[in-house]
Amino acid sequence: MSDDLVTKVEEMTDGATVVERGRPGEHLPREHEDEFHADHHVYEPHRVGLPPMRSYLRELWRRRQFAFEMSRTTLRAQHFDTAFGQLWLVLNPLLLTCVYFLLVDILRGGGRGAVFFAHLMAGLFAFHFISGALTQGAKSVVGGGRLILNTAFPRTLLPLSAVLTSFLRFLPCILVYAVMHTIAGLPFGPHLLWVIPVFAIIVIFAAGVTMLVAALQVYFRDVSSFLPYFNRIWMYASPVLYYLTEVPQNLRHIININPLTPMFGALSEVLVLGHRASTGYLLWGLAWAVGALLVGGIFFISREREFAVRL
Amino acid sequence: MSSLSVSDPTVVGGAPHPPIANPAVRVEDLSVTYRTTYEARPTLRTTLVRAGRRERLVREIEAVKDVSFEVAHGTVLGVVGVNGAGKSTLMRTVAGILPPTAGRVEVDGRVSTLLALGVGFNRDLSGRENVILGGLAAGLERDELEEKYDEIVKFAELEDFMDMPMRTYSSGMYGRLAFSVAVNMDPDILLVDEALSVGDARFKKKSLRRMRQLCDRAGTILIVSHALGTIRALCTEIVWMHKGKMVMWGDPDTVISEYTRFMDVGETDVALEDL
Repeated sequence: MSDDLVTKVEEMTDGATVVERGRPGEHLPREHEDEFHADHHVYEPHRVGLPPMRSYLRELWRRRQFAFEMSRTTLRAQHFDTAFGQLWLVLNPLLLTCVYFLLVDILRGGGRGAVFFAHLMAGLFAFHFISGALTQGAKSVVGGGRLILNTAFPRTLLPLSAVLTSFLRFLPCILVYAVMHTIAGLPFGPHLLWVIPVFAIIVIFAAGVTMLVAALQVYFRDVSSFLPYFNRIWMYASPVLYYLTEVPQNLRHIININPLTPMFGALSEVLVLGHRASTGYLLWGLAWAVGALLVGGIFFISREREFAVRL
Repeated sequence: MSSLSVSDPTVVGGAPHPPIANPAVRVEDLSVTYRTTYEARPTLRTTLVRAGRRERLVREIEAVKDVSFEVAHGTVLGVVGVNGAGKSTLMRTVAGILPPTAGRVEVDGRVSTLLALGVGFNRDLSGRENVILGGLAAGLERDELEEKYDEIVKFAELEDFMDMPMRTYSSGMYGRLAFSVAVNMDPDILLVDEALSVGDARFKKKSLRRMRQLCDRAGTILIVSHALGTIRALCTEIVWMHKGKMVMWGDPDTVISEYTRFMDVGETDVALEDL
């Protein structure tokens, strides 16, 4: 029991029936809605669609173990806890990189080297993380049927767990990239630490978009069918298969509205060009990430109590 | 069912007891209306097609209308009513799964729910994984779960099956595990919906015994069931719902005799067992 409840107990005026039952009185005549408190819940219609956010976030944090366990069991169900499962996890994006390298190199008349391969690989791995989070996330709420019908818990745990699953699948890719980084003769140094804030921005952005997609999937079940095509086009419109500097002037405005442009641009700066990420990219990417988190989060949380009747 | 709609029961007002100072559950003027689509799987395509034809896409269902009652700690409240009376919606609102449209629900204590049959939500995962995931979602700590795990398995009598995927379970096993999880969470308030129909006679008896134990420890139970015999044996108060409204709230004998009279089945053995 939290401290504020203890004080409420002390404020209780009439304790007669309470003592008789041998239970602490936790009731005050008019409390505000606090549905996500552990022991005392008040449910009222939401005035603006959003539950009280402080207690919502507190409960979300308290149940983070669920998200971890959910990701772990999902991976185990897909056999990624075995050696060959791990190998496949790495092999899939690696082969994809080879395919795209051949394709891009041939279209460009050949002559691209290991450095471009490293750029391609970093971009594909990072994009793989985002598209994986979206694909998993779209299924997360709709696939959570019985649990949602039986238990009250912050539903954002489901899409966030999907992001976590995708991130865990991404981790072994780092090793593969490290090997490629060495082969390409790209510089190692403290500047590589800039990957951490850049990737943090990518993760936040992915979380926001995943929540949006997870909620949309409840209303339109064909969202997950469109998703692969959407992802494919999104990747082509991102600086993955080409350097950002190669984009012709007349297409600049298109690539500039892509949220992934600053994020992947910064990633390539750090890994391939070997210097710190430029502040402009970081701030631009961060703005997109925070925006996506707010839009996705608010849309999801304001709708989540309706999910139970939509499943 | 159509004969029932011709003559709706008259609402018998009045609470069986004066307001309680510190109830386990207090429901005040609760109404729940929800919008639902006609399709089981709404898609963007069908939505656009329907919008093109200017069809109404959603309909509103008034599942619960202006219901008020209180449940004291240590009480077993039964909820009876024909199919579609709003019993399940009421329970889900008390559990915090569905939002109230108007009114207010206050719940004092840790709630454990058995509302959708089966704890599992992923049939490809093992029973063990489902129990742990369900418990973590319900807000239990991992070490609390470890502690209760053996008891849950033992009560469900599924020692040999916990590492098998739940799709291999029979419906009885499914129900037994679900009940065991709900009741072994040491809840202050247990919400049960139609769960007693699972398991064989022996397990049913065991379940009833376990629920009585819970009440002896000042636990509160809200139970929806069509098995009037069980309801009468277990409950201290009964709420009768019809088409979203509360028709009657009182002691088990009075409400059940009124309810069976209304249903025109009489208190035969069949009626008392499973309606």
